[in-house]
Amino acid sequence: MDIRAQVSMVFHLDKCIGCHTCSIACKNIWTPRRGTEYMWWNNVETKPGTGYPTLWEDQGKYRGGWAVHKGKPKLKLQGRAGALANIFFNPYLPTMGDYYEPWTYHYEDLANAPEGDDQPVATPVSEITGRDMEIEAGPNWDDDLSGSYIYAESDPNRLALTPEEREVSFRMERLAFFYLPRICNHCLNPGCLAACPAGAIYKRGMDGIVLVSQDKCRAWRMCISGCPYKKVYYNWATGKSEKCILCYPRQETQQPPACFHACVGRIRYLGLVLYDAKMIEAAASVPDHELVSAHRDIIKDPFDPEVIARAKENGISDHMIKAAQSSPVYKFVKEWRIALPLHPEFRTLPMLFYVPPLLPVTASMKDGIYESTGEFFGSLENLRVPLRYFASLLAGGNEAEVERSFKKLYAVRVYRRAQTAGDISQKEVSRVLEAADTSPEEVEAIYKMSSLASYEERFVMPPFMREAAIEAEEEPSRRKTDAGAGFISKLRRGI
Amino acid sequence: MSDTVYFIAFPYLALFAALGGGLYRYYKHRFTYSSVSSQLLENRMLFWGSVPWHYGIILILLAHIVPLVATPFWIWLHADPTRILLLEVIGSAMGFLAILGMAALILRRLFSLKPRHATSIMDWVLLIDLAFQIALGFYITLYYRWGSSWYLFTATPWIRSLAALNPRVDFVNELPPVVQLHFVNGFLVIALIPFTRLGHLFTVPVTYLWRPFQVFIWSRKKNGYNETGGIYGK
Repeated sequence: MDIRAQVSMVFHLDKCIGCHTCSIACKNIWTPRRGTEYMWWNNVETKPGTGYPTLWEDQGKYRGGWAVHKGKPKLKLQGRAGALANIFFNPYLPTMGDYYEPWTYHYEDLANAPEGDDQPVATPVSEITGRDMEIEAGPNWDDDLSGSYIYAESDPNRLALTPEEREVSFRMERLAFFYLPRICNHCLNPGCLAACPAGAIYKRGMDGIVLVSQDKCRAWRMCISGCPYKKVYYNWATGKSEKCILCYPRQETQQPPACFHACVGRIRYLGLVLYDAKMIEAAASVPDHELVSAHRDIIKDPFDPEVIARAKENGISDHMIKAAQSSPVYKFVKEWRIALPLHPEFRTLPMLFYVPPLLPVTASMKDGIYESTGEFFGSLENLRVPLRYFASLLAGGNEAEVERSFKKLYAVRVYRRAQTAGDISQKEVSRVLEAADTSPEEVEAIYKMSSLASYEERFVMPPFMREAAIEAEEEPSRRKTDAGAGFISKLRRGI
Repeated sequence: MSDTVYFIAFPYLALFAALGGGLYRYYKHRFTYSSVSSQLLENRMLFWGSVPWHYGIILILLAHIVPLVATPFWIWLHADPTRILLLEVIGSAMGFLAILGMAALILRRLFSLKPRHATSIMDWVLLIDLAFQIALGFYITLYYRWGSSWYLFTATPWIRSLAALNPRVDFVNELPPVVQLHFVNGFLVIALIPFTRLGHLFTVPVTYLWRPFQVFIWSRKKNGYNETGGIYGK
C-alpha cells in the first residue's frame, strides 16, 4: 500500500439549476486575461447535448484518455515516439472552431453614436482579431436545448441507445433534461500529464491537484488531446497550456474553490480521500463494466488503522487524516455508493464524482389535459432519460451501478415524503428501502447531507499547512521577517 | 578588414548573444520559452506549412552540423560517387520541402486572420530571415553544385577554426558573395535565438521517451525536499 491524499469532489446533479454562477465565479478570478477569453475552466452543459468543446466525449475524434493494450493502460493519442513525430502538428487537437471565437461588444458606440431615430447598437467584435464578427457559437450555445434535433441528437452517449429508446428519450427530453457542470477532474491517472512531452504537468503530492508548470510548458499541446474531458486549454497569447487549479491558493487559506463557494444550488462537495497509489495501474486496466468498482476500491477507509499507519509513513499529517475521516466525498462515493465518476471508460480515474439526477416525470400533458402518472415519482425504468444513457455517461456502460444509485435516491425521497407529507404507507416505504438495499439511518444521512448540510459539512478543506512547508529548507519565522509571505524565488539583495 | 568583421567578429558576437542571451532568458525569464504554437487558431494551412518545414529543415540542419562534428564520417560518405549523388539529391529534396513549408507558413501568417493577429514583430523578423536564409541555401544548391563536398573544405575548417579560438578567414574569403551571405546570415539566425521563439529548438522534449507516465511533486516529504516520484510507465 502506498497511501496518498487527494482532494476530491462530488457534484449532486439533482440540485443543479443550470445558472452558470460557478462558471462566472471562475471566469472572473482566473480567465479574464488575453489568450484565455475562450477558456471556461468551469463550464455547465445541458445534457443530452454536445457540450463544450463540441462533442468532447467523442474520442474517435479527439483521442483522449487511455485504452488497454496488453493488459496495461496506453494513451489513445500516441506512443512515446509518436509524440515526438507529431510535435509539429497534432492531428487530434481541437481548434478554436470547436470551442468558439471569443468576443466583446463595441460598447462605446452606445454612448458615442450620433443622434438619430434608432437606438444605438453595440456590435460584436472578436477578441482575437479585433474585427467585427458574426457570433456563431458560445461556451453554452446549446443551453436548455435538449430535445432539439441539432444538439441533443448528436450527444455521443445516445449511441448506447436503441432507435426506439432514442425516440422515447427524445420525447422525454422535451420535458426533462439535466445540467452537467464540469471542471478538471484532477484524475489519479491523468491523460494530460502522461501526454505532456515536456513533463510540465504534475500532481501535487500533498493533495493530488493537477497543475501545469508555466515555466516548463513549451506549447507542444499534447495535453489538450490527452485529456478526454478537454479540460486543459491552450493560451494562444502566452504559448502555454492552462487548466483548473482547483483554486489551490484559496484552499491553502481554508476557502473552498470559487466555483464551489459560488454554487447557488449548493450541489458541490469537497473533501479529502486517501487512496492506494499502487493500485492505479491495475484499476485503469480492468474491463469497462468493472471500472467503477475498481475505482472505488482504490479509495481506502480513513478509519482503518492499517491505512492510517501507511498514510503516516508517507508523511500525511494527523490533520489531513482527520479531514479525510470527515470527508463528504468519502460518504457519497464509498459509504453510500451513489456518486459515480464521469466517463470512467476514459480510464483516467477522475476524482470528481456525480450523483445522477433522478429526473422523474410526475405528470404529462395529454390532449391539453394535465395528467398525473399515478405513482408519485413515476417508475424508475420508464418515464425518465433512459438508464442506459446514464450508464454510458457515468458507469462505463454498467447499468447496475446507476440503478443502485437511482434506487437509493428514490428511496430517500419516498422515505422523506412519508415523514413529511405522510401520504405513503410504511409498507411501501419498507419495500422501497429494501429494494434499494438501504436502511432508514443511511437514507436519513443521505437526506441530511443532500439537503441540510452546512458550509463546513460540504467543504472539508484539509489543512495544507503551507506556512510550515518551507521548514525543510529554512527557518520559517526568519523567512517571514525577511520577505513576508508569498515569495517563491530565493531571497537575495537587488533584483 | 571587412572579412574580419564578417567572418570573425560577427560570428563570435552572434554566438555570444545566442549563448549569453539564451542562458539569461532561460534562468531569468523561463516562462517566455515556448514554441508559441498557433495551431489552436488555424489548423489546415499549418499542416502544409509546419510539417514539411520542420522535417525538411531538421535534416538540412543535420547535414550542416554532422560535417563539423564528425568530419571523418562525412569524408567517408564522399568516398563513393553514388553516395555523393544521393546526398545531393536528398539535400535538394529536403531544401525544396522546407521552402514549400516556409511559403505556406508565410502565406498563413499573411492571409489567415487569427494567426496574423497573434504574430509579433520578432515573429516576422525570424520568419523573413529564415526564408531568406533557406532561399540563399537553395540557390547555392542549384548553382554551386556538390555543396556537400566543398562544405568540407570551406565552411568546415572555418567554423572549426572559430571553435578552436584560432579564427582563419582564408577558407571562406574567396568564395562567391552569395555563399558568403549565406554564412553570415546563418550566424544572424543564431543571434536571433534568444530574441525570438527559436529557443524551442533547444527544448526538444527527448526525455518523454523514458520519463514515467505519472509524476508527483511534493513541496515537503519526510524523505526529501521536492521529491519527484513516478508511479508507473517507467
